[in-house]
Amino acid sequence: MNGVHDMGGMDGFGKVEPEPNEPMFHSEWEARVLAMVRAMGAAGAFNIDASRFYREALPPPVYLASSYYQKWLLGLEDLLLDKGYVTVDEIAAGRALSPPKPLGRGKFTLGDVERIMVRGQFGRAAPASARFRPGDWVRARNIHPRTHTRLPRYVRGHVGVVERDHGCQVFPDSAATDSGENPQWLYTVVFDGSELWGPDADPRSKISIDAFEPYLEPA
Amino acid sequence: MSDHAHEHSELSETELRVRALETILTEKGYVDPAALDAIIQAYETKIGPHNGAQVVAKAWSDPAFRRALLEDASKAVSTLGHVSRVGDHLVAVENTPQRHNMVVCTLCSCYPWEMLGLPPVWYKAAPYRSRAVKDPRGVLADFGVTLPSETEIRVWDSTAETRFLVLPMRPAGTDGFSESELAELVTRDSMIGTGLPKAPRAPS
Repeated sequence: MNGVHDMGGMDGFGKVEPEPNEPMFHSEWEARVLAMVRAMGAAGAFNIDASRFYREALPPPVYLASSYYQKWLLGLEDLLLDKGYVTVDEIAAGRALSPPKPLGRGKFTLGDVERIMVRGQFGRAAPASARFRPGDWVRARNIHPRTHTRLPRYVRGHVGVVERDHGCQVFPDSAATDSGENPQWLYTVVFDGSELWGPDADPRSKISIDAFEPYLEPA
Repeated sequence: MSDHAHEHSELSETELRVRALETILTEKGYVDPAALDAIIQAYETKIGPHNGAQVVAKAWSDPAFRRALLEDASKAVSTLGHVSRVGDHLVAVENTPQRHNMVVCTLCSCYPWEMLGLPPVWYKAAPYRSRAVKDPRGVLADFGVTLPSETEIRVWDSTAETRFLVLPMRPAGTDGFSESELAELVTRDSMIGTGLPKAPRAPS
């Protein structure tokens, strides 16, 4: 979706301001939100692509005005409501009012913690051979899906070169809407700064994205 | 009402909302709160830039490991045992006098957690996500980093599950340093590409 989350190239947000000696969490509730998102995902309530999609789908003014973990909280509430794990009445009351919906992998308990500290594996068997090879020139397709995509707007329509082949992986555009993993080839594609930003670009800058094969066409 | 007071009431509202949600998830039998505590404790103790610093220091000291890291970072890091949580999708990219690498996630906050810990607020916030791909030299200036104008800047936008670790250049004056002495010089930002390693202290 063409949301405000797709920020690459936008102007007006000001300088980057690093915080010296930044703590891991700025409030205890941030840690609880992180843990709830990780636990409910691991229990099978949703996948990582759906959780990203729900944060992107927050109304733009809410997205821009919310802190990082506030976005996580709001996205989590919406996701659990839509998938039927909690109800609006329960959120309003702050307690359980209806029977639980069974979770794909059951209740998240202490024994599951170690498992989520190891990063997930997204590689999958290839359903077809790769269409592109390193060195090929490709154009990022001019597409504007209304649902989740990992093709940022700033590269659409632009020409770059395939640099790396990462094999076949879960396709976020499908997984985010529970339409299956639909594995696709994934490539690092490099663009010249001037191709993306015109004559004002830093002449010595190059920008790459990781692009799934359906995002690309031969150039 | 001042902005400050407003901020406080917003915060407590969020806190109440978080507690309410955790109560519901617990009462419905979806999560064990002790397991949530354990997740937080694991993040607070097991991950962090010390893991990445150890990998960088080893690459600076051991040419065979450096080659293996650049060839397949997931595999190379998995051989180090205690930093083995990295999964399959880690890529290490090497800074050289000709090219400086910088990592961003313009769409959300993708970051090599296992190597660097949870990302800092600035990495997840609009100024960095918007400008890193369009004005990388300007962003580096925000961090006080100036590179020669002929140095190419390569920005890696983390748009899939690949996670990127920058292998910075080994600082001059570190001949004979042990891996642990070298690791002390490796900053988190130097592995994101928004900073450079610390210079060694002059010998006393």
